[in-house]
Order: sequence, then structure tokens, then C-alpha cells
Amino acid sequence: MPNIPRDGLEPVLRARKITKIFGRHRALDDVDFDIYGGEVHALLGENGAGKSTLIKILTGAYQPDEGEILLAGQPVSFRDPLQAQAKGIGTVYQEVNLLPNRSVAENLFLGHQPTRFGIVQRKAIEAKARDVLATYGLEIDVRAELGSYSVAVQQVVAIARAVELSGKVLVLDEPTASLDHNEVRKMFEVVERLKARGLAIVFITHFLDQVFEIADRVTVLRNGRKVGTENLADVTATDVVRMMLGKDIAFGHQPTRIGEAETGPARVEFTDLGKSGKVAPFSLTLHEGEVVGVAGLLGSGRTEMARLMFGVDAADSGRVRVGGKPVTISNPSQAVAAGFGFCPEDRKIDGIFGDLSVRENIIIALQAKLGWFKALNRDEQIEIAGRFAEALDIRAASHDMPVKLLSGGNQQKVILARWLAIDPGFLILDEPTRGIDVGAHAEIVRTINRLREDGLALLVISSELDEVVAYSNRVVVMRDREMVAELTGEDISPAVIVNAIAENKTRSAS
Amino acid sequence: MNRSLRPLAATATIFVLAYLAAVSQHPGMLSTRVLGNFLTDNAFLGIAAVGMTFVIISGGIDLSVGAVIGFTTVLIAVLIMWVGLHPLVAFAIALAVSALFGACMGAAIHYLKVPSFIVTLAGMFLARGGASVLSPDSIGIKHEFYSTISKSYLLMPGGGRLTVIGGIMIAVFLFGIVLAHRTRFGSYVYALGGNETSAALMGVPVARTTIQIYMLSSTLAGLAGIVFSLYTSAGYSLSALGVELDAIAAVVIGGTLLTGGYGFVAGTFVGVMLQGLVQTYIVFDGSLSSWWTKIVIGALLFMFILLQRLVFTASAPSRKVLWKT
Repeated sequence: MPNIPRDGLEPVLRARKITKIFGRHRALDDVDFDIYGGEVHALLGENGAGKSTLIKILTGAYQPDEGEILLAGQPVSFRDPLQAQAKGIGTVYQEVNLLPNRSVAENLFLGHQPTRFGIVQRKAIEAKARDVLATYGLEIDVRAELGSYSVAVQQVVAIARAVELSGKVLVLDEPTASLDHNEVRKMFEVVERLKARGLAIVFITHFLDQVFEIADRVTVLRNGRKVGTENLADVTATDVVRMMLGKDIAFGHQPTRIGEAETGPARVEFTDLGKSGKVAPFSLTLHEGEVVGVAGLLGSGRTEMARLMFGVDAADSGRVRVGGKPVTISNPSQAVAAGFGFCPEDRKIDGIFGDLSVRENIIIALQAKLGWFKALNRDEQIEIAGRFAEALDIRAASHDMPVKLLSGGNQQKVILARWLAIDPGFLILDEPTRGIDVGAHAEIVRTINRLREDGLALLVISSELDEVVAYSNRVVVMRDREMVAELTGEDISPAVIVNAIAENKTRSAS
Repeated sequence: MNRSLRPLAATATIFVLAYLAAVSQHPGMLSTRVLGNFLTDNAFLGIAAVGMTFVIISGGIDLSVGAVIGFTTVLIAVLIMWVGLHPLVAFAIALAVSALFGACMGAAIHYLKVPSFIVTLAGMFLARGGASVLSPDSIGIKHEFYSTISKSYLLMPGGGRLTVIGGIMIAVFLFGIVLAHRTRFGSYVYALGGNETSAALMGVPVARTTIQIYMLSSTLAGLAGIVFSLYTSAGYSLSALGVELDAIAAVVIGGTLLTGGYGFVAGTFVGVMLQGLVQTYIVFDGSLSSWWTKIVIGALLFMFILLQRLVFTASAPSRKVLWKT
């Protein structure tokens, strides 16, 4: 492993004190990042940590509000990704941004085809394409449609294009997310070759073991701030998980735990519920008045688990019993009929109808449950919305104002109110505190605790371990799309959870 | 075989089979005279269909084609007969006007983010309405130049006549083939039809290309209008009604995917010729209503859309890869 940082050697790319603000939200706050030639630098962080914002700034898709970018020591600013590309920073996105309907050769050189009297020199392009791909160990028919090849090949073509056109810095955004095991090996060989050629490679992934395998350094972001940059030779997987989930976890500070609270009879029982390729079969029983926390890294199968439970994705194995009676849940309306509620992770996309009013957002699930022929009249709507808005302390100037004008915390409570209005027995909350001002976190946690005391069964997915500990009677840990641990009692502590998450990673990395 | 070639191969096969079947019934159809008439009678459709091919490959549609042809015939007639311009000057003006018209539609599609269907539908009403405002009645064109052109032809072996307008169509097809397959502009057109977001990220000048595509389509529609004017020696606001739909049919039958990204200009030529063949057969037969043309074209179109669906969904990526390690 190269000794990095190397004294006297200028980084190829350096970002200094980058800040990016969206509205009132600081997506990136004073973040430094640098990368040297011949280095693979991994960028890690949970959803919302600021990874993609940083990448978009480095590749010209966004402009920073503060801070500067230095390319080989010279300050630069990029108007758009094309300009960044022309100056040497090429990007390969997770979903390959090439043209599946055109030939491999054309995809490599589109826009840069050599022409004579306006006529494209096809033979020359094809020969050059073969030469270029040969340097990646790939021998394919370059005249064939790109779409007729596997994603792995398409990704190598995308990398080759980025390197041909840019050639200094290569940003790989989750390049292995849709590859199988063998393809990942091939991808890493390609990365090693490029590293040997002196390219600076930024590697974004949420697979920790891959980071340890391929990268030299890692930078961890959390809530828009840089937690730190480490030589991977000097740290363990547990250290990195700790950085990702909150750096102060292991150091004495022990958040209050709810302890062995009494729980009621079983409310929902999931037995061997699973879907191949999404989540391995798991069994979980939730009792009345119980909160089960779900911990795990991004991509570990947490959200997939919730989607199975709510019928967003249909399970291909397993049984569900509600209050002791077997039920079938293969779509969300069956889940609602069974008394389930689901507040999804990205409320802007999956949960909130931004242009509708607070009142309409609250009553919509109840109305859907009643059926459209039993329309709630306006007075009933006002009464219901008012009751839940008060119960959850939703702060809006008026219940007729569009929900999109509310703060993140209040939007989250509107979704909660929506599900509480149908009087559910079981509520799933996926990252209820994501994207909410830190001050409002405590309030969401209080709300969860109150709902538990009211006798609800809750499943709460969260990366905020302090909070998981603060409201969970039990904690299940997800890893590699599998439920790997169930923690109770004294084991519900951030340190134990971090170890459970990282265990496997440590083993495979060592 | 490259899967995008399959619908084209199917069209070509069907054309050959249908032609042989027609010849076995009416041996007179096997002659360069009939071929010459094919080219002449379908020249305006073929020229418009070349432009339509580019539009459809890019993932759009141009419904204004027939109306632009109609408008052009009236504009030319007015310029020659009322204003007294020489036909060549009138042609140049007509081409310039249609090019500008297409550029405006392309700009509206790109900058206003309005679907091409809507923009060109509006363009269709504008051009058709504009033609009627210029002159609601048919205007006959009497000019020496017109009679010279209609009398000139190249004698083909077997006595067939390649007229000027038939020749123009062939030239336009050759131009279209080179433009689509051998220029950067052509590769941009396919890129837009494949995935506009990717194309933009790969540096394709999306705005410029979109405008150029609709400019090309309208200019060729204008040229088709000139050809139609030479063909009929008249300008009439209601001429070439529905030609845009015949052109779309020819393009799709010729193997171009209606959703964009795949297609061949040469295929469109076969598509046009297939329509001409059906028409000629009906003329030779004498007992069939000319509406049978539409019925046959409808059936063919349906069949080809099915065929494309099968070809493009059945063939999953499966190419062998050699990794060297």
C-alpha cells in the first residue's frame, strides 16, 4: 500500500472547506477531501450523509456555496459535468449512463469520432475501441450493441470512456451494486490496472468488505460533515462502522434505555418471511406495546424487510399472523386492511403529497380504507386532522397549507398522523428522523415512546443508534440481506450493535 | 444477425414475396415501367418519410408533415402565379420557410419541454390553416419550367422512366442513409432515441440536435411539397392530407422502432415501396376498392409492431465475453 499522504506530493484533486446548502439544510458542511494519483479513495456514509452531494460537486453537477476545488494545485470551477470531464474528472454512475442501443465502439467515442469530410471513420473507431478495451483485458465484438452485453461489461465500457476522455480522476459511484461475485472480481482487476496507471480513483460503495479490499484510504461522512479520513491499513471494520454511525458511541456516553418494559400479547407474527434476492427468510414477532428497532448499514436489507412486511414487495415465502389469525399480505391495501401502517424512508418521494394540505395528507389513508363511496365530509376531516395534529403537536400555520411548506420534522409527523388516523395495530417507521433538524429528533423519539405506551406494536428502522437504544424493547440487526442478531436487555447498547453489524465484515476483511 | 436488422430483413422478404405473388397474377407488373411509376408516384411520400425516419429514431414524432407539404404547394403556386417569381426562386423560399418552421417546432419541443406530438400537432393546424388563408382554392401552375421538368426523364433499360422527381427521392434516400449512419449528427439522433439523459451526459448537444432533427423533417416535407407541386402542377391547401400517417407507417414497416433508438433509412425506402406495390396491385387488379390499400397497410403495420415487440423483448443480452486476466 502506498504511503499516503505523501509529503511534497500534490494531490491530483483537492476539495477544501466545501459547504453546500439546500434551503435551510446544510447538505455539506466544511468538508475537505483529497486524492492522489495511483490511489483508491473510498467514500463512505449512510443515506443523507452528503456522499452524493460531494460527488456532484467534484464532478460539476453542483456548484459549492463555499470552499474551493483544486485540480493539480490550480483552483477550478466546473460549470457542468461535461466541463469537469474535459478537465480530467470522469464519472461512472451506478446505472450505466451509456446508450444500450448503439455499438460498443460508438459508446466509447460518441461526440469524439474522427471524421473525414464529415464522414465518420468507422473502421478507425472500431480498431481504436478494440485497442482500448484490450488494455482492460476485454475482448469483445465492438460493433455489437452495448445492450447485448452484461452490466459488468457495460460498466467497463463506461469506465474506459471516462478514462479516455478525462484521464486524471475517475469517480466510481457504486460500481459493484448490481454485479455478481465474479463480476466484482473482474471490476476490481480493472480498478487495480487503472491504479497502476496512476489514476486517482474515488470509490463509493456501501459494501464495507469491498472498501477494505480495494481502497487505500477511506473518508467517512455523516450528516453532511466529515467524520475523518483514515489509512485503511490502520483501522478495523468496527472503527469504520463506528465512524459511519456516530463517532462517540463507544466512549462511555450511555443513552437512557427503556429497559425491560412490560409488553402485551403478540400483535403480528412473521414466520420465515422472505423474498429471494431481497431478504433471506426471517421470523419476527411484535407484541402490543413493543418497539423493535432495526439496525444495519445501508443496503443491508432493512428497507427491503419493511417493504415485504407491508406488501410493497410480495414475499415469496413465509406466513403472517395478525392477532393470532393468519392473513395474506401481498399488496399494501391488504396491509392497511390488516391494520398496518408504513412511514417510508424517503418521505418526499414515497410519503408526502407535497401540494396537498396538511388536512388532506392526514385523512388520505383513512379515506382509502373507508373506500371512496363513504367520503368524509369537510367537518369530519377538520375534526380528525385537528385531533391528530394536536396529539402529535404538528406545527402548521393552518391545516389548509400545503405540506411541502412544513419543516421536515412536521412533515414526518403528518405522515405519522395519517397512519394513526386509521387506528393501526402495527406501525413501521423507516428512518423517522432522517433529514429532520437535530432538535426535532428528540420529539420524534418521544412520540415513538408515547405510541408504545398507547399499546401499538412498532418496527423502527434507524441508523441513529442512540435513538434506537432509546426506544427499543428489542433490536434486530440486518447484514447482507439477512437478520443476523436479535438483541435484548443489556445487549441493547450502541457498542454491541456496532459489533453485530461489523462482525462479518471484520472476518472477511482480515 | 444484429437484432435491429431483423424487422428490416422481414420487411425486405415480405416485399420480395409480395412482388413475386403480384407478378405471378399480373406479369405486367414485372417491368421497369412499373418501377419508374412506383418511384414517381411515391416520391413525395418517400422524401417526407426520410425526415420522419430521423424524427422517430430520435424518439419523437412529426405530425405536421402532410400540412407542410400542403402549405408548400400553395406557397409555391402563389409565388409563381400571383407574385410572378421563377419556380426555382419560389422553391428556395419554400425550403427556407419550412426549415424555419421546423426549427421553431424543434426549439419548442426542447426548450418548453412539450412532447413532440403536441408541438407538431399544433404545427399541423398552423400549416394547414396558413395554407387555406393563402388560398382556399386550388391554384393551377402553368410555367415553362414545370413542363420542362415533367417532360425530362432518364430512360431505364426496359423502357421505364426515371423522372426528375423519382430521381430526387432516390437522392434524398442516399443522402439520408449517409447522414444517419456515417455522420456525428446521425449518431446523435440515435443517441437521443436511446436515452436522452445519457446522451446529454455523454456530451451530445441535445438542444442543437433536436432543433436540427425537426428542421430536417420540415425541410424534407418542404421538398416533398415541391415534388408534389411538380407532380400535380397545382397548389391546394388540402393536398397531402394524412401523408404524415402514411410516412409513419412506411417508417415503422421499414423496421424503425416507434419508441426510438433503432432504425434504418433504407428500411423506410422498402416501406414506401411496399405501400406503392399494394397500390399498384390494386390498380392492376381493377376490381378492388382503393381503400384496400389502407386495409393492407393497416394489417402490415400491426404485424410489424408485433414483430418488433417480439424481437426486442425476446432477445435478452447474451453475448459471449472473453475476459483476459
